Amino acid sequence: MLNISDIIETINMIREENLDIRTVTMGISLIDCAGDDVKSVCSRIYDKITKNAERLVPVCNDIEKQYGIPIVNRRVAVTPVSLIGGRFSPDDYIKIAHTLDEAADAVGINFIGGYGALVQKGCTKGDDALIESIPYALAETGKVCSSVNVASTKAGINVDAIRKMGEVIKKTAELTAGEGSFGCAKIVVFANVPEDNPFMAGAFHGVSEPETAINVGVSGPGTVASAIRRAGNCGLTELAETVKRTAFKITRVGQLVASEASTRLGVPSGIVDLSLAPTPAVGDSVAVILENMGLERCGCPGTTAALALLNDAVKKGGVMASSHVGGLSGAFIPVSEDAGMIAAAKSGALTLEKLEAMTAVCSVGLDMIAIPGDTDVYTICGIIADEISIGVANTKTTAVRLIPAVGRKVGDEINFGGLFGSAPVMSVNRLSPEGFISRGGRIPAPIHSLKN
Amino acid sequence: MKAVITVTGKDSVGIIASVAENCSKAGVNIIDISQSVMKEYFAMIMLVDIDGLNTEFGEFVDRMTRLGREHGLVISTMHEDIFNSMHHI
Repeated sequence: MLNISDIIETINMIREENLDIRTVTMGISLIDCAGDDVKSVCSRIYDKITKNAERLVPVCNDIEKQYGIPIVNRRVAVTPVSLIGGRFSPDDYIKIAHTLDEAADAVGINFIGGYGALVQKGCTKGDDALIESIPYALAETGKVCSSVNVASTKAGINVDAIRKMGEVIKKTAELTAGEGSFGCAKIVVFANVPEDNPFMAGAFHGVSEPETAINVGVSGPGTVASAIRRAGNCGLTELAETVKRTAFKITRVGQLVASEASTRLGVPSGIVDLSLAPTPAVGDSVAVILENMGLERCGCPGTTAALALLNDAVKKGGVMASSHVGGLSGAFIPVSEDAGMIAAAKSGALTLEKLEAMTAVCSVGLDMIAIPGDTDVYTICGIIADEISIGVANTKTTAVRLIPAVGRKVGDEINFGGLFGSAPVMSVNRLSPEGFISRGGRIPAPIHSLKN
Repeated sequence: MKAVITVTGKDSVGIIASVAENCSKAGVNIIDISQSVMKEYFAMIMLVDIDGLNTEFGEFVDRMTRLGREHGLVISTMHEDIFNSMHHI
């Protein structure tokens, strides 16, 4: 029997605390679209996406209405494109990017992910051509997102690929300089990338995935922040319990939407990603959760410990609420997309180095961070290598989404609008790692990868 | 199947009547009503049976939302499963 206080709690979470389903992402395999002729490959890709995702948007709209919960994004993730065009030139890949963009427009989604490659151990010719094409593909399309996995705990770190990605990020920043180098917001460099992540820009449909799958990403930092505020001055164990209870409730809604979408679309339900994904809206911030725990400002000493508690409690609360948990599952700390992070970065409390430490205990990495446009490519590679090492050594996912905004310097702010928010340009250590990065090659896998 | 209709806003004559009339037109049966008025503010939670609904559920949701807007109220209509899944294991 429904209880009035439960009904009021749910309605408050949605109306006052910004609880929403952040994304329903349909994964679509493009393996059967591979071929020699780029024109026919593009035509097969377009047909497959538009046929399979045709009803994604209307079905999500109906579910949104039925349960009264906003579904913020509807998206599609495809097989890493480098796997379906091994013989193609960079120009051919760019044609595929345009096809993905057109298919995304046709089905009415806001982003399509999977324009990427898995190169943790080395690059094939196809991988190289795709990576070379990324800056142009992202500059020429609106909805295509790219991710490249450059390392894994099993394979080690492909520093040659990191060097290429440093150049790709710089080039993308130049080609999209007119939009505050926004193209870089659509590229993620990963270690230990999950193959079923529903969140952009890193979503793609892994090679071991079925033909199609529905993956759902939940959100709800505002709900957790409010629960912590209501818990008052309790001990940390009780605080963790409060987060767990709230994460359970949030995730149950994600599970409901995932199974409903899967049934209505006739597509297998993949995973629910238990992430706290902030938005620039006031009250929907992970930084504010940490501050509600008792930090004077996000970034001060104690921030990493508070984030570790939060991340762990979110997983423990969420895992029982869902049949299959996957993706990134944890707290996101994108700087530009979180009003509290923006304020902390502007005030100087939050630095790049502190963010790096925080990523050792939460789900993603250095995310949506604007740095000065004149940052050297080797410095960018060094930042990527550091972040990727944290993932490899800790057997977890880490990622880097940096925006070296052309013409901007520390203290400037770039407004991307919408969910991408506004990024304060952060200071970068200018001492060079060139000698280390230019050695090239692969950093061997850590000893604890040898588990067999 | 059941749904929960919540109505909040400034109190005025005939709120329950107009919500009930719209439910009846749509073939929706009212099972339970809980309401309170604090100062001039009105809050009502209504549990309804939607098995006999003679239109699409989405259309009924829109109709109730419009009704709320016309009367300066916020009316939300949600399928019971969201509450069940969130609060019951």
